[in-house]
Amino acid sequence: MAETPLWEVFIRPRNGLAHKHVGSLHAADAVMALQAARDVYTRRGEGNSVWVVPSSAITASDPDHAGEMFEPTGDKIYRHPTFYDIPDEVGHM
Amino acid sequence: MHEALLEIADDCLVLGHRLSEWCGHAPMLEEDLALPNMALDLIGVARGLYARAGEIEGKGRGEDDLAYFRGEREFRNCLLVERPNGDFAATMLRQLYFGAFMEPFWRAAAASTDDVVRGIAGKAAKEVAYHIRHAGEWVIRLGDGTEESAARMAHAVEAHHRYSGELFESSRAARAAEAAGVLPRRSEMRAEWDRVIGMVFVEAGLTVPEGVFMQTGGRAGLHGEDLGHMLAEMQSVARAHPGAVW
Repeated sequence: MAETPLWEVFIRPRNGLAHKHVGSLHAADAVMALQAARDVYTRRGEGNSVWVVPSSAITASDPDHAGEMFEPTGDKIYRHPTFYDIPDEVGHM
Repeated sequence: MHEALLEIADDCLVLGHRLSEWCGHAPMLEEDLALPNMALDLIGVARGLYARAGEIEGKGRGEDDLAYFRGEREFRNCLLVERPNGDFAATMLRQLYFGAFMEPFWRAAAASTDDVVRGIAGKAAKEVAYHIRHAGEWVIRLGDGTEESAARMAHAVEAHHRYSGELFESSRAARAAEAAGVLPRRSEMRAEWDRVIGMVFVEAGLTVPEGVFMQTGGRAGLHGEDLGHMLAEMQSVARAHPGAVW
């Protein structure tokens, strides 16, 4: 089964939340990948919706570029909404 | 009446145990989880039916007594479910054959006159719908796959088809349960079974065999030798340590 394609699995735990990456698996095609995702990753009621994406379709950032990609945000603390008082009535944002 | 429930419970337990034999031996990790998932669905259904059968029988036998302390001749499962696993193709075909019968059966049993059976039916119908989907997709891919996989799937059909007729037979006990509205009439599942198997086979490039002599006898306790071996293993711990708990 060495040539069986790899898939990334995303699960949405509840309505209203976003799909979250939970892991990967091998399957011959999209239909079988969805079934395998159900069998491997939702055995304990983890979700109510599953996405599978071919791993080959993902473009990943280069770890060697991590400095220029992510460090410039480090000193821009004013982007964090910690300077504002949020009224209680607004609730969870 | 309780014997009719035992027949279906035995089907589910025996097939569930057969599937559990794949645990750790499946061709890929994903199936190593998928097969025991299905096994646990079936064993869960068997437990509910054993408990209800024991209650109706009224002799104080519980699910463990019925599963572990009856001999081979007392088991009432159909012959299909006790067939050895064979290769992965044979296992998937057996699952499809059984599922395609049980899905309409449980849907119809949702109108049972027995409260417990109604409850089990609602849950089991959803579980078995997934079993059909999963086994069906594999039958299609293997049947329409490589030369090797197609040959193995065709061989599985040849080996298993003769056990499909028994699914639709109602024993005397089953007929009593059907007359009382506790369980649906098995012969009425035929049209849906033919439809599902026909649909999968067309996509899989398989042919439904015709004029096959159908084997029967499981409902009367007349099993193949393989069931005895399976039960010996399945029952050994419970018999070596009766009443043990953990």
